[in-house]
Amino acid sequence: MSERIDVKKTYKLFINGAFPRSESGRTYEIKNAKGLFIANPCMASRKDLRDAVVAARSAQPGWSMSTAYNKGQILYRLAEMLEGRRTQFVDEILAITGVSKVKADKEVTDSVDRLVWYAGWSDKLSSLSGSLNPVAGPYYNFTVPESMGVIAAIAPEVPSLLGLIDAIAPIIVGGNTVVVLASTQAPLSAMSFAEVIATSDVPAGVINILTGKKDEIAPWMASHMDIDGFDISGVGAQSQGALRIAGAENLKRIFTFTSADPGRILAFLENKTVWHPIGL
Amino acid sequence: MEIPVSFDYAPAPESKGNLSIKPKYGHFIGGKFVAGSKHFPTINPATEEVLSRIALGSKADVDAAVKAARKAYTSTWSKMSGKERGKYLFRIARLLQERSREFAVLETLDNGKPIRESRDIDIPLAAAHFFYHAGWADKLEFAGLGTSTKAHGVAGQIIPWNFPLLMLAWKVAPALAAGNTVVLKPAESTSLTALLFAELCQQAELPAGVVNIITGDGSTGAHIVNHPGIDKIAFTGSTEVGKIIARAVAPTSKSVTLELGGKAANIIFEDAAIDEAVEGIVNGIFFNQGHVCCAGSRLIVQENIADEVLMKLKSRMAKIRVGDPMDKNTDLGAINSKEQLLKIRELTASGDAQGAQRWSAPCELPTKGFWFAPTIFTGVTDSHRIAREEIFGPVLSVLTFRTPQEGIDKANNTPFGLSAGVWSEKGSRILWASQALRAGVIWANTFNKFDPTSPFGGYKESGWGREGGRHGLSAYLKGIGHE
Repeated sequence: MSERIDVKKTYKLFINGAFPRSESGRTYEIKNAKGLFIANPCMASRKDLRDAVVAARSAQPGWSMSTAYNKGQILYRLAEMLEGRRTQFVDEILAITGVSKVKADKEVTDSVDRLVWYAGWSDKLSSLSGSLNPVAGPYYNFTVPESMGVIAAIAPEVPSLLGLIDAIAPIIVGGNTVVVLASTQAPLSAMSFAEVIATSDVPAGVINILTGKKDEIAPWMASHMDIDGFDISGVGAQSQGALRIAGAENLKRIFTFTSADPGRILAFLENKTVWHPIGL
Repeated sequence: MEIPVSFDYAPAPESKGNLSIKPKYGHFIGGKFVAGSKHFPTINPATEEVLSRIALGSKADVDAAVKAARKAYTSTWSKMSGKERGKYLFRIARLLQERSREFAVLETLDNGKPIRESRDIDIPLAAAHFFYHAGWADKLEFAGLGTSTKAHGVAGQIIPWNFPLLMLAWKVAPALAAGNTVVLKPAESTSLTALLFAELCQQAELPAGVVNIITGDGSTGAHIVNHPGIDKIAFTGSTEVGKIIARAVAPTSKSVTLELGGKAANIIFEDAAIDEAVEGIVNGIFFNQGHVCCAGSRLIVQENIADEVLMKLKSRMAKIRVGDPMDKNTDLGAINSKEQLLKIRELTASGDAQGAQRWSAPCELPTKGFWFAPTIFTGVTDSHRIAREEIFGPVLSVLTFRTPQEGIDKANNTPFGLSAGVWSEKGSRILWASQALRAGVIWANTFNKFDPTSPFGGYKESGWGREGGRHGLSAYLKGIGHE
C-alpha cells in the first residue's frame, strides 16, 4: 500500500475577512531550518496594502462603536479558538524555526494567555485612562480615550506568533482596525492565525494580515495617507528614522514597544475632551 | 423733543501704569540676562510703534542655554524633591497673580489683543496653569496608567504669538512639575512677556538654568530642534512647521509633542438655542482676532435655520467693537503682524475668486496698525480654500447641511482634528455628535473654553499629545514600555 500524500495548505493573505492571493501574483519561498522547502507565501504588493487599508477604514467606525464588552468577548473568543488549535500552531513553529518542542509549546501558551490579558482591558481603559476634569467654572468636562483609526504594524520576525498577537491585540482592543505585516521568514503562524480570526466573530476588515518583504511594505505603510498610526517594533533600528520621516507627511503616530503593557494600548488611542455648561 | 437714536461707549483706555519696557533685551541663560549680538525690533501691531529691540538667538546662544539647562537638571532640579520643586511653581503662580496687570498691559501692547482678553483670560489662566501643575510635582507616581515618574531631562519649547504668556505657561509649568529643565523660545513678534517672566523667575529665586529663554526667529527655533543636548521638543504653531520638526527629530531619540493648526467646525443643529449659538459662533471665531488654532472657523449650520442664524449673526457682528486694544470696551484688536494680515487678505481673496460671498461688519478701522474687519463667507463648499486652510484671522466660512450625519461628515472632512463645537438642546444628539466628531476637544453649547485641568490637543494633523490635565503632564514624563 502506498504512503499517503498529505494535503498541503496554500498560504494566502487575509484582507477584509477573505483570503485572497496577492493581486501581483508574487510569492516567495520559505524553507525550514534544514533548508527544505515549506511553502510559497504571498509577497504582498502596494495594491494589496491599499486594499487592506480600504477594508480597515470601512470597518473602523463599526468596530469602534461596538461596546467594550463586545470587543472584550471577541478578543477572548480569539483565545478560545487558538487554544483549540494549539497542536497546529506548535507544529508550524517547529517546522520553520527548529526551536525545541518545549519552546514552541510555550510560545503558543503565552499567545493564548496574552490574548486573554488584552481582552480584559477593553472595558477598563476609559475608567483608568479617562478623567473627569474639575474646571474652574460651571462646566461638566471629561476626557475619554477613543480609537485613533487605522493602524499599521510590522510584527517582529520572532517570536512569529506571540509577536503577531502583541502587534494586533493592543491596537484593536481600543477600537482601531489594523493592517499587519507578519514575520517574513516565519509567516505560517500568522496565516493560520487568520483562520482563527475568521472563526471568532471579528468583523471583516478589523484585522488584515499581509505577508511579504519588510523593506518594501514598511515604507509604503509609512507614507500611506489614510493610516493614522504605525507600530514599527518589528523594524530594525537603522530603518526606523526613514519610516518616521515618511510618516510625518500626515503626522502618523509612530511607536516602538518592548513589552506588553497598557502603554502599548494607550499609544494608539486619542484622548477626547468634551465640555458642556451646567445650568438651569 | 429729539430722542437719541443710539448711544456709544466713551473711550476707556487702560493706562500703561508702572510698566517699563527696556529699549533692548538679551537672552535669559543660567539665571542671568545675557546680551545678544544681533537684534530686531518688536512693534505694537495696533500702532506700528517700536516697543523694544529683541535679541536674535544664534546657535551659540542656544548651545549656552542648553548647557545651563543640563547643568541645572543634573546638579539641582533632578535632585530636588517634588515637594520643593512644587513650591517654586506655587511661587511663580503667585507672582504672576501679583503682577498680572503689568503682564496684561505688556501682552496687549506687544500682541494687539484686547486688554479685556489679556486681563481676564491670558494672564489669569497662565497663573492657574502654574498653580495646577505645582500640585503635581510631588505626586508624579499617581500620574496614571502608562506613565513613569522620570523626567526626560532638558526640554526645548517653541511657542506661538497668539497667546504668548499663556503658551509659555502651558509649556513651562508641566515641564518643571515633571522635573525637566527648559529652553524656551517665544515667537519672534511677541517676546516681551516671556522676558518679563524671566524677571519673575529671578524674583521666585528659581535655581539658575531651570528656565532659559532664548529669543529669535525660525532659525533660532531650528537650532533648538536640532540640538543634540535636548531630550524633549514641545512645539505649538503651524502644521507646516510641525511636520518639519517631526522630520527633523525622526532619526533621533527625542520625544515630541506638537500642538498644531485646526479648522474647527461649529455645528448648529436645528434645535439649538439660536441666540446662545450666535454668541458661541462670535466667540468661536472672533475671540483673539481669530488667531486661535482651535477657532470655530467653519460654521456648519442646518439648512432650515441657516437664514435666521445668519441674520442674527450679522446683526451681532455689526456690534463688535474693533479698535484700540488698550480700550477696555474693545472686542476685536489688531492683527498681530503685517505678514499675518497679508496671509488673511490672500486667503479671503481666494474665497472671492472661488465664488463664495463675502460680508464684513461695517466698522471703521484705524489708519495705523494691522486690521481686518470681522468677516463671513457664505456659499462656501468643502473644496474651497477658505474651508480647508487655516486662515488664523477673524474670518468665518459658512456651510450648510440637511441631515445630522451630513453635518458630521462635513465637519470631519479635513486633515485637521483639533476642536469642534456642537449646538443642540437635545442631550442624546450632543453626545452622539461628540462621539462622531474626530477632534480632540469638543465644546458642546459653548466654545473656546480652556482650563489647566482639561486636556487639550488634536487628532490627525492637528498634532501629537495633549496639554493640560493628567494627560498633558504625562508628555513630560518618560513613557513605560514604549518611546
